[in-house]
Amino acid sequence: MPRIFVCAKQALDVTELKIDSATRRPIIAGVPRKISDFDKNAIEEAVRLKEKIGGEVTIITVGLEEAKTTLREALAMGADKGYLISDPAFEDSDTLAVSYILAETIKKLGEFDLIICGEASIDSFSAQVGPRLAERLGIPQITYVRKVSLDGNTLVAERSLEDCHETVRIKTPVLLTVTREINDPRIPSLMAIMKASKKEIVVWKAEDLKISKERVGKTGSVIQVTDVLAPKVERKKIAIKAETVEEIAENLVKALVKEGVVAK
Amino acid sequence: MSTLSEYRGGVWAFSENKDLMLELLGKGSELANKLQTELTAIILGHGVSNQANELVAHGANKVYVVDHPYFKNLHADPYVSALTDLVNQYKPEILLIGSTRRGKELASRLATRLETGCVSDCTELWIDEKGRLLMNRVVYGGNAIATEMCRTKPQIATVPPRTFEKLERKDRKGEVVKADVKIEEPRAEILETKEIETAKVKLEEAKAIVACGRGVEKKEDIKIFEELAETLSGLVGYTRPLCEDRGWYTEWIGLSGHYVKPDLYIACGISGVIQHIAGIRDSKIIVAINKDPEAPIFEIADYIIVGDIYDVVPALSAALKKLT
Repeated sequence: MPRIFVCAKQALDVTELKIDSATRRPIIAGVPRKISDFDKNAIEEAVRLKEKIGGEVTIITVGLEEAKTTLREALAMGADKGYLISDPAFEDSDTLAVSYILAETIKKLGEFDLIICGEASIDSFSAQVGPRLAERLGIPQITYVRKVSLDGNTLVAERSLEDCHETVRIKTPVLLTVTREINDPRIPSLMAIMKASKKEIVVWKAEDLKISKERVGKTGSVIQVTDVLAPKVERKKIAIKAETVEEIAENLVKALVKEGVVAK
Repeated sequence: MSTLSEYRGGVWAFSENKDLMLELLGKGSELANKLQTELTAIILGHGVSNQANELVAHGANKVYVVDHPYFKNLHADPYVSALTDLVNQYKPEILLIGSTRRGKELASRLATRLETGCVSDCTELWIDEKGRLLMNRVVYGGNAIATEMCRTKPQIATVPPRTFEKLERKDRKGEVVKADVKIEEPRAEILETKEIETAKVKLEEAKAIVACGRGVEKKEDIKIFEELAETLSGLVGYTRPLCEDRGWYTEWIGLSGHYVKPDLYIACGISGVIQHIAGIRDSKIIVAINKDPEAPIFEIADYIIVGDIYDVVPALSAALKKLT
């Protein structure tokens, strides 16, 4: 029976993000958070594997107290256990530090067959945590997986690369990152949500994991963000209106000729 | 642990993608000049030593070549181990890695083994007055650009294809060194590789792009948009949903796809999610055609047409044909 871990991030819902027009800085306060899209694919794939061959699915989230909602949602989708790894010392950790926190969590949780992550998170999109975690645990990774099957300790996965689909075979334990092509995540039923609310969520802090505070948060991060600015947008926003579609087309063509982007 | 000042091995570039490698050398030579140091290209492969001269011709002062049968396929294990050993021997201060999907996993794994930072998908790179590498990248789903730097060395940056220009190919002098490194055996076994169709022409070089979004109902309807593109001597492009949700194409315009900057970009039936806008922001003129008067694409358009693409686009092709 395989033991599967899924690392899910509670990310900023970037579609709700607003920009302060005076400073061009994104306004982070008040932006709702949700499970990062690709991480939902990771949870779904883990649950599907469990439904096919049995086993146990454990979700791990590093985040704030409110990230419990992410774990609840994952439990409603069919995961068995949820771990929230939360400590004020973890704030502003970069991918090097987050992968250390996750690796220490997994070492404490013990043996496993498979770790599944999303290909990247929707808010920072660095695509680093998966491979960095695999490196820390000394296991191989297969990134950008669009199809997977597990038979005993042999895993076969199809990767989606720029120029090809590559099928690879590997022995577990292994870490996968999945693309959104791999499945359509289920929407849990009311019944499943009710059942999930009774499942236990374990919260671990830095000291529970014997995590060195020098290696996490701002102190432990090697990447410094010096600025975050929205790009300048200055567009004309001229509406082309007319009685008929032919006139609309002609008016647009005239304007484009004037702009010099269409040759007369 | 090594101290920062030990890292005097200059600027390095590595990508398994040949065009991208030359683009890395283009930017790399600018950074190396600024730092008054050397630019080194890394070749990991099997039967590849003849590629070294090409890299010298495109600006590399030095080429380290590691030739081994394990490099025949791009497996992370042998590549990461070889790069780690090279870095530990020769101590580069900056390492540029091509941000292909293969390159990205390699860079993150390598950065972890070296306990250093890595900034993904850099859109701009420069050196500040203290000699540190500053890196720009798109964050928050295309809403903003973050400027980042790395406190440790080597400073690793991954760079997507078609971000920087290659140097002109010419007769240059450079040293080719066969490097001796430790190489781990690959743990994954490749069973099959199925090529997927990729575009032959480059969207990045198009003067005009007619882009199709969810408003296009059927794949055969694309010909209406192809006709408009042809009238403009341009190309047709697609949004991510047409590629990933409908599976019609494999390459999209927008975040993690193509970044385009044509003179004329015509968005047809595209709602304009921020991830798409991130890929078209630098276009000179943006025209948006959409049925929905509230479509966000109109916020970043120069010319706005609220209407049905199936009426407007053919009328536009006809009006353009009248010009000639």
